[in-house]
This record gives sequence, C-alpha cells and structure tokens, in this order.
Amino acid sequence: MVSLIGYYTTQFGELWEKSLSDLIEEAINGVLKNTRLDKKQIGAIFFSNMLAGVLENNLHTVSKIAEILGVNIPIFRVEAACASGGVAFHLAKNYLDANPGKNVLVIGAEKMTDYSPEETTSALASAASGEEQEAGLTFPGLYAMMAQYYLGKYKYTEENLAYVSLKNHYHGTLNDKAHFRKQITIEQVMSSPYIAYPLKVLDSCTVSDGASALVLSSDRNVGRKEKSEIKVLASETANDKISLKERNSIDEILATEISADKAFTKAKVNRKDIKVAEVHDCFSIAELLAMEDLGFWKKGKGGKRIKELSTMYGSDGDLIVNTSGGLKASGHPVGATGIKQIGEIFLQLTGQATNRQVNGAKFGLAHNVGGSGGTAVVTILGV
Amino acid sequence: MVGIVSYGFYIPKYRIKVEEIAKVWGKNPEDVKKSLQINEKAVSSNDEDSLTMAYESASMALDDLPLKKDDIKVIFFGSETSPYVVNPASTILGEFLGIDHNYLAYDTQFACKATTGALISGVSLIKSNFTKYALIVASDKANAKPHDALEYTTSSGSTAFLLGKENVALEIIAANSYSSDTPDFWRREGIRYPSHGGRFTGKPSYFFHINQAVKKLLDKTNLKPSDFTYAVFHMPNGKFPREVARSLGFSSDQIEPSLIVDYLGNSYTATALMGLVSVLEKAKSGEMILLASYGSGAGSDTFVFKVTSHLEKRRKTFRKLIEDKKYIDYPTYLKFMNTI
Repeated sequence: MVSLIGYYTTQFGELWEKSLSDLIEEAINGVLKNTRLDKKQIGAIFFSNMLAGVLENNLHTVSKIAEILGVNIPIFRVEAACASGGVAFHLAKNYLDANPGKNVLVIGAEKMTDYSPEETTSALASAASGEEQEAGLTFPGLYAMMAQYYLGKYKYTEENLAYVSLKNHYHGTLNDKAHFRKQITIEQVMSSPYIAYPLKVLDSCTVSDGASALVLSSDRNVGRKEKSEIKVLASETANDKISLKERNSIDEILATEISADKAFTKAKVNRKDIKVAEVHDCFSIAELLAMEDLGFWKKGKGGKRIKELSTMYGSDGDLIVNTSGGLKASGHPVGATGIKQIGEIFLQLTGQATNRQVNGAKFGLAHNVGGSGGTAVVTILGV
Repeated sequence: MVGIVSYGFYIPKYRIKVEEIAKVWGKNPEDVKKSLQINEKAVSSNDEDSLTMAYESASMALDDLPLKKDDIKVIFFGSETSPYVVNPASTILGEFLGIDHNYLAYDTQFACKATTGALISGVSLIKSNFTKYALIVASDKANAKPHDALEYTTSSGSTAFLLGKENVALEIIAANSYSSDTPDFWRREGIRYPSHGGRFTGKPSYFFHINQAVKKLLDKTNLKPSDFTYAVFHMPNGKFPREVARSLGFSSDQIEPSLIVDYLGNSYTATALMGLVSVLEKAKSGEMILLASYGSGAGSDTFVFKVTSHLEKRRKTFRKLIEDKKYIDYPTYLKFMNTI
C-alpha cells in the first residue's frame, strides 16, 4: 500500500520576487521538514511543470532539481498540460508499486505571472489541438463553447454558473495560501467583463505562480512513524481526443468519466462515501461538468444543484467541494495545481485543514483535467 | 529663497473619449472607466510634437517677465517622446525662445519623472549661482500600441517652470528622491511603442517607490499629511493616485484639485506637473503642497512647496482654457498620433 505522508505548498499568487527554482526549493524543503525526512531518504522525484520550456526556455529541469537538492537520484519531469500534477502523482504511485520500500517526492511548480497575458495565453494554448490553435481558439474560448452548449441544452443561465465562483471565492477566504482571498457576490460575477461569451472574468481562474509538494511512501518504517498518513486508494488516469469537434458530446468529459469509474472500482469506495473533493474548476462550467462526470450529480442537474450551495463549506451538504478555493480562488499555477488538489485532501483527511476543516471525512477525491478534457486524473484517498 | 518664479502649460484642444476607443476593441467602456477611472484624454494633432508643445508651455511661462536674454543659463527638457533620439530638444527650444547662447542645455530621460529630476538639478544650479534662472520643461506626445490598455490613458501635454531666487511664487522647501532598478515599463531603442509589466507596474513599482519617497520626505522635513493643503501624485490612471494618497494618509479633498488625469489623461512627464498647475489655479499664499512624481524603471521625486504672495501675479487660468476642446474619432486619433 502506498501512503501519502506529507504536504507543503508555497503561497499561490503573483510572486514576482521568486523564480521557478526558488519555488521548487521552498516546496521541497517545506515538505521534507513537514515529513521530518532527510533528502537521502528520497528515492525518486516526479516533477510536474507545463510552461517553463515555452515561456522561459527552461528545460531539462530534472538536472536543475538535482542541483538544488544535491542528490543523484532519478528525477522525472511530467507534462500533461493542466493535469501535469495529477499525472506526476499517478506515475509516482506506480513507481512505488514497482519499487516497494521507498519514499518518492512529487512536486509541481509553475511561473506564469512574469510574462504578458498574451505570452501566457499563447503558451497555454499549446495544449489545444493544432486546428483549434489555427482557428485562434484559446482555452477560455473552448470552455465558453462547452458552457454555451450546456446552458442551452439544460435551460440554465449564466447566473447558474456564477454560484461556482461565489462558493470557491468564499473557500479562498479561508485558505491563507490562496491567490484570491476576497468574497465576491453573484452580482459581481454577473457584471464582470466577458472573456469569451458566456464566460466572464469572474467565471475564470487566474494564472498564478506557485509550487506544491507531496511525499508518497511505501516504506513501512517511515509510514508507521507518521501520524499524518493517509492511504492512496486509487490514482487513475485516462486520455481522450483533444479536439472538441471530434468528441461525441461537449457537455461531458469522457476522460473524467473513465478515470472516475476505474478509480471508484479500484478504491472499493462508493461515491456517497466521499466527503471532500477538489475538482478541476478552471472555469465555472468545468466544475459543473466535473460534478456530473464524476458521478456526484446527475447529468444536466449541475446548474440546479450548484444554486443550492450544498457543496459550500458550512452547509449541511454531504460533500464539500474545493475547500482550497479551487483553481478559481486558490489560483492556477498549472504544474502545481494537481499536487495542491491532492494536498488539500491530505489536509482534510488528516485534520489539518484548520478553519475550513470538514469534520468526519474519511475519504476524499481529487480531480485534475488537462486541456479541455484530453487528460483526466482521479485520485481517491482514505484514512 | 529658491523656487518657481513662473510657470506655463499647454494642452492640445483635441480629446478622445474612452467610449470611442473601447467600441473599436469590443470592450465595455463602463468597465474601462471603472478600472482606470478616466473619461477622456487630450490628443495633440499631427502637426504637433513634444517640442512644439514645449515651446507653447515655455512661452506661457516666460510671458510678461522682465528677463534679459542672458538671464537663463539652464534649459532642461524632460520627455519620453523627444522628436530625436540623438539631437537635443533643449537647444531647439532655446533657439525658438530666443534665449542667448550662454546656457547649459540637456534633455533628461527617466520615464515619467524625467522633469522632476531636472527640477532638483535646476534648484542646485541656482543655489550654486551657476545661473539666475533655470527653465525646466516637461513635454510628451505619449503614445501606446493600439489595443494596449495604455491606449485609454496616454495623452499629450506640456508644462514649463522657471526656477529662480527672486519673486518666487512657489518656494521649494525640500526635495527628495528614491530610486531602484525596477523595470516595470520600458521602450527599447528602435521600438515604436512602450512595453509594460501589467500589474507589476503597481505594487512593487508605482506604489512602493512613491510610498518610500514620500515617507522619507515627511521624515526629513518633520511634516505630516495634514500639514499640506494639497497633494499631487503622478497619474498613470485615475486609480493609482487615489489609492496611494489614501495609503499615505491624504484625504480626497487634498488630492481632488490635482486629478487632471480623469479628463486629460496621462501626458507622461507632464502629468504630475500638470496636476500642480491645476492646483496653482486655486492655491493661496502660505498653503503647502506636496508633489510626488513617479518614473518607471523606477523612482519617485518628492517636493514640499509653499505658496507665496507672488503667485497672484503669475497665476494662470487653467480650467477655462481646457474647456475649449474638440472631440475626435478613433481614425482621426490614429492619424494625429502618426499611427496611420
């Protein structure tokens, strides 16, 4: 059994005074301190990053991590767009399954705010299909098409989407590492400028700088010493066609459905057992699709269910979603996001989530998406 | 007593509204206005540049003064949009004004604070008896890449100040400067439009440097915000000066008369000094004025001014003059800015 024994995240935000290396160093040192492990006890590192090669001509980062840490262990860089973190975690777990008795560090980091919005948007669009890029489509445009189709098909309005942002911004106020810690109203979401109709500024996550790190272990000696240890019950990933036009339906993400079904089967956990979840809300519409594709809500019911705010902290709902603030309020340093999602579930299941602690949670789920659904990773953790 | 003996300004008569620019780019003008707190900006025509505007403002500053041609031995010209990269505008200005040739002239460059830095140098040259008078001019035909957020704010204008020791209208009580290597806004050699670091131009740049410079000036002079009747801050938009004033403890009443950016835009080196010109229209003898410029790159020059009774003779009509305006559409704007 692979256990998750520690987590650390840097602040997410516009960290202009910090480089990618600074963020990596802080996150690695932080998680080693939290786990009381020496770097010599780490057998391998999985590093999640999407944009350093495109934005700052910075590749072969694995050797740079070896230099920062002063180690000669295997280090792997993983790239799967916004799902890079989830996939890095998935590979780290598989590595441990194949190499029992070791500790593996998983770190995700991204520097995005030192560049102009045009440069960052263009770099992110590299994850879209060639045809979509040629047509000038960026991710706000792709998700806007999905949102428009969803709202039309199920007779919802933009206001239904706004509730996702309202909830996640409230959660952001509770997370001192979140990029945005300001409560917003439905009226503010509705009156914010359009990015790509029907999605507005406050329907959309931001670009951020940040790094998050986890330590996975199958070393029984290390695991037993740790009070804060949770089990990795399943980590499943699936890929799908990236082009929206090639999909059977654009109001669902097949990769999420496949990953979720496999993960629940593998973990032997029912959906109703999940009390906390971090789902991929790069745009408000994405959280509704995620809740439906993961099987928490029936298809087409997301628009109605979100208005009940039963997934908001403090409600009496059975499942609280995106207590970190989600990508929307916590921020979206792409490579770090999937790691932070799993880290947030770790905090919840080990009782370390302070002012946003969901009581009595024994099982939690993290859901990470790359592109407009070309990759999905579903991770289920349990105490 | 060293200070400003006389001053002048020039604002072209053309204006373009935020709505006119926003509609071209499919933006909601109300969002732009809310975000930048600006309604319209002044635009110079295609037969005007920073030098012609400097001549206008300097002429106003020197008008009716009983000066000899040889009295002015310092001419400084601060701009981000000088007509030449190599070839001084300050000498052309001196020639236009008919000033005798025994003067020190140079053009200064430090983004939007090029001229306030020159003011500090000018004061020193008067104190050291290098010259009796120093003419310090700020002038910009500020441009921006079409569709850049800057396009809503960058404007045209010029201010001119004659420094001296006698009959000073505005005494310079103290000055201070704070600088660091903070590249938030730049224009490289051969590049037509400036680049900027988006929100990086805010907190670590504009706000940090002005905060530091003002706090150090207040410490140095043992003054507090309530000692000033007016405060003037550089105005890259309408939002920043209001925020920085609030954070430093200045009230909206203290800064409101200086907020010309709302209706004139940001004429780079001339902006903060145009705010001062606006304040001088109503300032009374004995009143204290704080001014903080900001130049990207980055630095802030701060001044404590005290109004004297001589201002009455030198006071210029400002509000009424700028009401003489003509609105232009976006294609005309592009033509006037020599973009097309």
